Amino acid sequence: MITTIRTWWSQLPNAARITLVAVLVVLFPFVIDIAESAIRSAGGNWALLTQVNRALIYVVLALGLNIVVGFAGMLDLGYAAFFAIGAYAFGILTYPSHGIQMSFFLALWVCAAIASFFGIVVGSPTLRLRGDYLAIVTLAFGEIIPTVVRNLDDLTNGSQGLTPLGKPSFGLFEGLFGLEPGALNVGVDPHFWFYVITLLVALVLFCTLRLDNSRIGRAWKAIREDQTAADFMGVDPIRAKLSAFAIGASFSGLAGVVFASMLGAIFPDLFRFQVSIFLLIIVVFSGLGSVWGVLIGGLIISLFDGLFLAQILNQVLPSGSENLRWVFFGVGLIFFMIFRPQGLFPRKVKGRVLTEEEALAANAAASATAKGGD
Amino acid sequence: MDLELQFFIGQIIVGLTIGSYLALIALGYTMVYGIVELINFAHGDLFAFGFFISLTIFTAINPPRPLDIVGLLTILPLIFVITMLLTGGLNTLIDRVAYKPLRNAPKLAPLLTAVGVSFALEAIYAIWVGASQVPYPNYFPRIDILRQWFGLDTAIQLTTKDLFLFGVTIPLMIGLNFFIERTKIGKAMRASAQDREAASMMGINVNRIIATTFFIGGALAGAAGLVWGLYINSGRFLMGFEAGLMAFTSAVLGGIGNIRGAVLGAFIIGMIKSMSDFYFEPSWTRVMIFGILILLLVFRPSGILGSTQSIEKI
Repeated sequence: MITTIRTWWSQLPNAARITLVAVLVVLFPFVIDIAESAIRSAGGNWALLTQVNRALIYVVLALGLNIVVGFAGMLDLGYAAFFAIGAYAFGILTYPSHGIQMSFFLALWVCAAIASFFGIVVGSPTLRLRGDYLAIVTLAFGEIIPTVVRNLDDLTNGSQGLTPLGKPSFGLFEGLFGLEPGALNVGVDPHFWFYVITLLVALVLFCTLRLDNSRIGRAWKAIREDQTAADFMGVDPIRAKLSAFAIGASFSGLAGVVFASMLGAIFPDLFRFQVSIFLLIIVVFSGLGSVWGVLIGGLIISLFDGLFLAQILNQVLPSGSENLRWVFFGVGLIFFMIFRPQGLFPRKVKGRVLTEEEALAANAAASATAKGGD
Repeated sequence: MDLELQFFIGQIIVGLTIGSYLALIALGYTMVYGIVELINFAHGDLFAFGFFISLTIFTAINPPRPLDIVGLLTILPLIFVITMLLTGGLNTLIDRVAYKPLRNAPKLAPLLTAVGVSFALEAIYAIWVGASQVPYPNYFPRIDILRQWFGLDTAIQLTTKDLFLFGVTIPLMIGLNFFIERTKIGKAMRASAQDREAASMMGINVNRIIATTFFIGGALAGAAGLVWGLYINSGRFLMGFEAGLMAFTSAVLGGIGNIRGAVLGAFIIGMIKSMSDFYFEPSWTRVMIFGILILLLVFRPSGILGSTQSIEKI
């Protein structure tokens, strides 16, 4: 059945595919609503759409980490730091008492730029390092950022966190349509956030897919496979590594802004080492370097954790046994990695290999042109 | 003696105590890394296992608190041996189940199973001992040596517990060094670390050597858990994470894969921690430790004593 769907999909024109996906995305929250009310009438109470939103933010983060770890092959154990930087930059820029109160749509890009700047800051001392030494520097950075955030009381309110934070406002839009200011107060509605986050996922996905086969994308992969060889072939490793860090961090910054604005409150504890590890699990579980794999794998793992383990399992298991959840998670991870160490959707290492006939034909054609030129 | 100087010496003692228990954990990290190139994220949790299992045995035996001289000479060594055997055995078992099937898999796969082991162990501890702080009774007598034995009037605190900590950890480090440098198994371990394939061609049973390495690393972490429990008298199910993070940092600082480097790194971290806690702000200590680590790696990319040969990619 999958093959029929696949052939049918590949025959569709591009415009039709985009329209189809867009319609499905627009309808999705309403389908979820129906499912949620059905579950509620059956006695369960799951915040389905909120969990989907959370999962999609993790997908954005995982796509960014995938650029660093999957494409460029640099093990990053402190990726949550950039997530924290994005979220806290947004927090500082929009927290009412700070008096800046920048607009959400402007802050989104400013914070992405700040996160990407820090990507370069972290990237630059690691340029000489390889393998696990790089991992420890990123880990160190990932530990430094939450501690600094906790200690800079004046800016971040320490461990009490920042709240409330800016929400997207549609003043201009409302003005155009003659609505009361603040009429579109959509900042807390999960439906609204679903559309915002989906747009973000689409943007990040588009960038990643374009980068995948671009000049810089191929440079990353060359470095991943063999840095020395890539260097000899004219790939500038410094440029490639820094751009991987910067682009990866900017995705994380964008996710941080949306996350902070959606929650309306941020604390240093939201960006602990466990978040970095969770994202690394997503990327490796899905298949390092595979973009669609990370999209699907990210959804599977985040929903498995947020929905199945946190909500469904807790209703089945006796109360007070939430620690069993982590036993399941850990043991599940061990078994999964043992049986599928390459991940769920491993990247294709080779593209298409030239067959012998094609090689001979190409050879013949080349020699023919060479003779013709004499 | 000048009071400032006394405080300074006091902080050096604190730094040495932190360094000596971290060193035992860091040794396990670095040995495992040296042979299988795995950042064993679950290693810190073995330290916690040593803490909890020894506490359980103590509670079961229920000796007098603090132990009398007979207890110190019989019960304590007995519990030491049992704890080290159990923790070492647990680490070997973990290797057998979670890492061995992935010996030739992509490098990130065993890293993730290590994370899985760590999650599972921490959750099991939380079920086992509860999520709150666990007291570790004062089984080891605490005597302020300089004041009570020598009658000196000083601000420097050097207790029998400090001596006990050094008296356990330093011989273990020297013993390990002797084992690796002088014995046949140690030689096989060094050979396997240098080149696993070549070592197995020379007739070394590499799998058994790896299992031995995990056993020794685990036993040392277990010993660290026991002495730290007796020393600090309290712990939590998540304590392994923080200790493991610091021990890993020590191992990298000294040059991962290098036995002496791990010990040196641990003492440096211990010193930074005690000095920063006292002379600076405790809340900035983490930033100090990791900042120094980053700075050092910028100038010495393979750690203080690490070899300069390039490290393989992921």
